[in-house]
Amino acid sequence: MLDALRLYTRYVGVSLRAQMQYPASFVMLATGQFLVTAIEFLGIWALFTRFGSLCEWTLPEVALFYGMVHVAFALSEAVARGFDVFPGMVRNGEFDRVLLRPRTTALQIGAQHLHVTRIGRLSQGLAILLYGAWALGVPWSLAKAGLLVASVLGGACLFSGIFVLQATAAFWTIESLEIVNCLTYGGVEAAQYPVTIFRPWFRRLFTFLVPLATINYFPAHAIIGRPEPLGSPVLFQWLAPVVGVAFLAATLQIWRVGVRHYRSTGN
Amino acid sequence: MRAYWAIFQARFRVLLQYRAAALAGFGTQVFFGFVRVMVFDAFYRSSSSVQPMTFPEVVTYVWLGQAMLLLVLFRPDVEVRTMIRTGTVAYELVRPLDLYALWFSRTLAARTGPVLLRAVPMFIVAGLFLGLEAPASWVCAFLWVAATLAAVLLSAAVATLLTVMLLWTVSGEGLAALGPAMVFIFSGMIIPLPLWPEWAQPLLDFLPFRGMADVPFRIYMGHIPPGEAVYALLHQAVWIAVFIAAGRWLLARGTRRLVVQGG
Amino acid sequence: MPQIIVEDLVKTFRVAERRPGLWGALRGVVRRRHRIVRALDGVSFALEPGELVGYIGPNGAGKSTTVKILAGILVPDAGRCEVLGRVPWHKRLDNARDVGVVFGQRTQLWWDLPVIESFELLRDIYRVEPAVYGRNRDELVALLDLEPLLDVPVRQLSLGQRMRCDLAASLLHAPPLVYLDEPTIGLDAVSKLAVRDFVKRLKRERGVTIILTTHDMDDIEALCQRILVIDEGRILSDGTLEQLRARVTPERWLTVDLVDSDADVTDPDATVIRREGHRMTLRFDPQEVSVPELIGRVSANYAIRDLFVENPPIEEIVARIYGDRRT
Repeated sequence: MLDALRLYTRYVGVSLRAQMQYPASFVMLATGQFLVTAIEFLGIWALFTRFGSLCEWTLPEVALFYGMVHVAFALSEAVARGFDVFPGMVRNGEFDRVLLRPRTTALQIGAQHLHVTRIGRLSQGLAILLYGAWALGVPWSLAKAGLLVASVLGGACLFSGIFVLQATAAFWTIESLEIVNCLTYGGVEAAQYPVTIFRPWFRRLFTFLVPLATINYFPAHAIIGRPEPLGSPVLFQWLAPVVGVAFLAATLQIWRVGVRHYRSTGN
Repeated sequence: MRAYWAIFQARFRVLLQYRAAALAGFGTQVFFGFVRVMVFDAFYRSSSSVQPMTFPEVVTYVWLGQAMLLLVLFRPDVEVRTMIRTGTVAYELVRPLDLYALWFSRTLAARTGPVLLRAVPMFIVAGLFLGLEAPASWVCAFLWVAATLAAVLLSAAVATLLTVMLLWTVSGEGLAALGPAMVFIFSGMIIPLPLWPEWAQPLLDFLPFRGMADVPFRIYMGHIPPGEAVYALLHQAVWIAVFIAAGRWLLARGTRRLVVQGG
Repeated sequence: MPQIIVEDLVKTFRVAERRPGLWGALRGVVRRRHRIVRALDGVSFALEPGELVGYIGPNGAGKSTTVKILAGILVPDAGRCEVLGRVPWHKRLDNARDVGVVFGQRTQLWWDLPVIESFELLRDIYRVEPAVYGRNRDELVALLDLEPLLDVPVRQLSLGQRMRCDLAASLLHAPPLVYLDEPTIGLDAVSKLAVRDFVKRLKRERGVTIILTTHDMDDIEALCQRILVIDEGRILSDGTLEQLRARVTPERWLTVDLVDSDADVTDPDATVIRREGHRMTLRFDPQEVSVPELIGRVSANYAIRDLFVENPPIEEIVARIYGDRRT
């Protein structure tokens, strides 16, 4: 496990150096990302000034939800985008070379590309998260801080799992499933708001099927110390990050099935 | 004759392969639009005060936005960027053609095709099932077509300008990274422009970007009544001229710069 | 004790068929038709440690399929296979550590990185001890003359330089087994010689077992004691080059340089194959007329400036063996 981490760090170093070769371009891309995502939140703020509230939620509360999911997504985008190029590797036979190496395939693919510019979205999400937490006057404790970090990391695992799933389709179809972008980008779009504002069927989709609500909605209630309107038990709110990790583990199993299929049918 | 048939067959085969990707892109957009509509629905339920736009109008606005999305998305011309990187742009400069006209027409073509391909199914699906309403009147519809044509021209002019800026590598790349985001927001694609705070409206009215989305959409709905629509169209026309002029001037300076540097 | 054992390997593939015409394309969207291709149809052989084997066959014969199975990438449909005592597709990770593979047409190095950084990344991937890595690297760099290339990004290397770097990269973890898939393809003459030289030294000095897949018959002649010929998924021949020749045809060729370019050489036991100005080539069967006898006859009857006797080029041999199989 430690060994895998060491290899991953090595890959990261390589990616970093390649992207830092043009520092001006990097800074601009990161800044551009920051601005784009920041202005989206500005839109939400503008709507709050017009309407006063979003159902029963205030702006700082929405800021907290928004920040958590965006940081989680930015993390996973930075880290798991190697799976983006995977369909191309199946097509041109590069995946054979991956199989020839004495390392797990998922690690090799995932580590390939680190998108450092995602720090733009990440810092923006972080800033808004901190604003929300400050405006709400959250009574911080070590446990709550830990839950916050765990939620974000669990969220990153969940999004990464979706990326893995998206790429795994290429074992069978040669293309990846573009439609899964609904769940990643669409999912972020939806999950940045508290799920109670949506119709019940949509809410259930994002609580049980693709449990994005476990990234921000449920843990945030434990952090703020607010009773959760849907009536979920507090224990569930504290354990929500585990869902993301379990999801990633499950998708990695499916990935293994894909690898097995590839090895028996060639390409 | 047979040759053309063979070419058509080959093209059709390629199209079949792309249908999956196109369908997926369409599906994603429907999903996005759906989420946006639900969020607006939640906001409108939260307050009973009167807003600059009604909820049904916002719904129509959102779906019009999804239909015309590709007009407002900007990515600098990949071909040109590679040409500049590898230096082959020199060949373009040597040609006895009006370079700006060439780039402009190429950009224009690249924007009309895909937009139509996405807009038509979106109109059908959103109009039948998702709350996209018909134009407010025949006059509105007619003016909307004119405004949309202007929007296409404006979009092409802005895109060409961004492409020209690539000739200045560092600052060009920067603008290519930041520009599209600005355009996206100020055209009304995040939230409809009338919903921004009152103090922001004069700025939004002045900026060119509302001509790409906000103006045609609101003409469609009659939110900009036919009488005022003329001024909006004028606004579009003026900015089209400005962007084309700026593009031509910068291109001339840029090519001179390249030639001086020896490409 | 054989290092590699392959017994009755069978591998079939399902290949989607493209249907002709526009209507066919539409139907192909709804339901795909498949064709079964038997890539390997009962392949068996065994390799001792340190052997250098040439693996030849026409395109699509099953060479890459065999190598992929040995490398653990592909799982066969039937048959037995053991590499270093392991079943390769069951123990992919362990097997990968003991194998080095070079694909002639695809590099394993990272395109944008300097060569030395690719090496270091591979060191970490293969978990090579730093001291061992340092030693291997220095040796390989010296052997393949890579010193000036180490800081160059791979995309800037010429084909010959890249192949030398790929060879080094595949050996950094000192595997006892190496599979070389068309290593000299597209290389200039100097680079080909360098590669061949290297492979010879590899076998001699390190005792590495090498399977060399190639279309270049000069490679085979220069390097391989043992040759495996495969066609349509079956091994047609397994033995030395001489044995291969003897199997196909015992014939030999006599080439003479005539003084007089108009002269015509005829002999009851020999047939003319080629004629170019002063030079004529005849084929004969040494079982019907002995070499000294034929030489004596020809030099007695014609004005000769020079002559030599040779074996038919290996391409001929191989072409015949495919041809015989197919008729």
